[in-house]
Amino acid sequence: MNSIQKNRLKDQLFKIWGIACTLIGLVLLAVFIGDILIDGLRRIDWSFITNLPSRKAEKSGIYTALMGSIWILLLTTIVAFPLGVAAGVYLEEYAKKNRFSALLEINISNLAGVPSIIYGLLGLEVFVRIMGLGASVLAGALTLSLLILPIIIVATREAIKAVPQSIRDASYALGASKWQTIRNQILPASGGGILTGVILALSRAVGETAPLIVVGALAYVPFAPSNPLDEFSVLPIQIFNWISRPQHGFIENAAAAIIILLLITFVMNGIAVYFRNKWQKKWK
Amino acid sequence: MAKEMEIKMSKIKTETFNKAKKLDLVENHAARIEAKGIKVWYDDFNAIKGINMEIKPNTVTAFIGPSGCGKSTFLRLFNRMNDYVEGFRMEGKIKINGENVYKNNVNVEELRKEVGMVFQKPNPFPKSIFENVAYGLKIQGIKDKKFINERVEKALRQADLWEEVKDNLKKSALALSGGQQQRLCIARTLAVEPSIILMDEPTSALDPISTAKIEDLIFSLKEKYTVIIVTHNMQQASRISDYTAFFYIGDLIEFDKTKKIFTNPAEKQTENYITGRFG
Repeated sequence: MNSIQKNRLKDQLFKIWGIACTLIGLVLLAVFIGDILIDGLRRIDWSFITNLPSRKAEKSGIYTALMGSIWILLLTTIVAFPLGVAAGVYLEEYAKKNRFSALLEINISNLAGVPSIIYGLLGLEVFVRIMGLGASVLAGALTLSLLILPIIIVATREAIKAVPQSIRDASYALGASKWQTIRNQILPASGGGILTGVILALSRAVGETAPLIVVGALAYVPFAPSNPLDEFSVLPIQIFNWISRPQHGFIENAAAAIIILLLITFVMNGIAVYFRNKWQKKWK
Repeated sequence: MAKEMEIKMSKIKTETFNKAKKLDLVENHAARIEAKGIKVWYDDFNAIKGINMEIKPNTVTAFIGPSGCGKSTFLRLFNRMNDYVEGFRMEGKIKINGENVYKNNVNVEELRKEVGMVFQKPNPFPKSIFENVAYGLKIQGIKDKKFINERVEKALRQADLWEEVKDNLKKSALALSGGQQQRLCIARTLAVEPSIILMDEPTSALDPISTAKIEDLIFSLKEKYTVIIVTHNMQQASRISDYTAFFYIGDLIEFDKTKKIFTNPAEKQTENYITGRFG
């Protein structure tokens, strides 16, 4: 075997290795989804979505948990979206580049890596106890807002960084103020990227369990929340609750609820991908 | 033969007529510029070491010199585009029609409406052709649609782009060719009716035909504006400018009528540079 053949062989071997590595993740996901579908697909019907939780597995539904998740999602969006985007815009466009801003930057990245349970403890102390919100949807949403704020800030900054300097120059040179430039050029141009980041962050929030348990979300609530101060449950907690029951019927319920939760996150991620592609096209 | 000549003559006549009509669209805005004792630093780096210059209204002035000589930095002083650069510091005065633009109470946004700028790479906004030209007016808070429409058409006519785009004003500016994009950027600058137009190597990213069009345009613009252009192209400087300034490592080596600079420069360095012996 000469050296050219040797190199070709190495090339082939690496390619096979790469394919194998890629497949491991995909196959595992496929097995998992397949297993869940087999267990839970039969259980999904309209009544499963509209029924309240019950002691009998076949009568139980996810209505309260689903509504809780939707409440959490909406409130978290309302809180985290404007805060995160504004902070990102400030850091990228206004903050002077000095040691302090560098420190700020490192800390925000660190915050993104803090375990979510720590945010739960923070939420418990600040929102539930000090602010007296109790174990409410609002307290949960504020806690999750803190959790995803760093992700939104980082995504916003990346999206803004991707706007060419030449666009800013053009706007300033025509007599635009900083705010006019941000409002008319930078935000529209980076909007797709920002939206993508926000949606991905929210799809993480909708799957979070630990911080909400700490904040005091309940495993069993008889009613869906009707205002931000109501107590609540969310899908992941409902799933956790069902899975820990011995009866087979509840295992089936858990699988069905997982399908619904996965569906929600897949749809959200799909929307994010759609925005990203649309946005990239605009710039090419 | 005679017939052909006649047709040719009439063609030239209509062309001159069109050009005259195009220029009659705006009043003479041109401003006078004085720079006194200009020194610039970026952190510790002394980019400009003390320059005085006077630029007359209704002229084209070319800044030439090797890369890094400070000509772009100097150009960007006139509309204060260096203000955002980290570590920028300056001394001296830039006076436009007698007013120092670095005085404390100067409104930078107002200044930039007076001193327009065209950049090296065409940088249209990712919006429609119309929106690009109307942007400068809209950020001034002008809402009168008729007024905006008129100004946009006028600016596009001045920039010699109207005939090419008049049926596609809603089309994305990014779909235009590079040369058209640059003329759009010029139109965008003209729409706010500045008195001075700064051009930072406006043709360096363009093909020769687009370049020729823009050079024609610059030549005609001086009837209404004061034009300053940074260029690396010696032929371009000699073709379109009335005055030429030669910069070298932060100093103004020579500043004179273009004809004099290119035929009989006073400084040996200038001669070496324009004949291509260094730089």
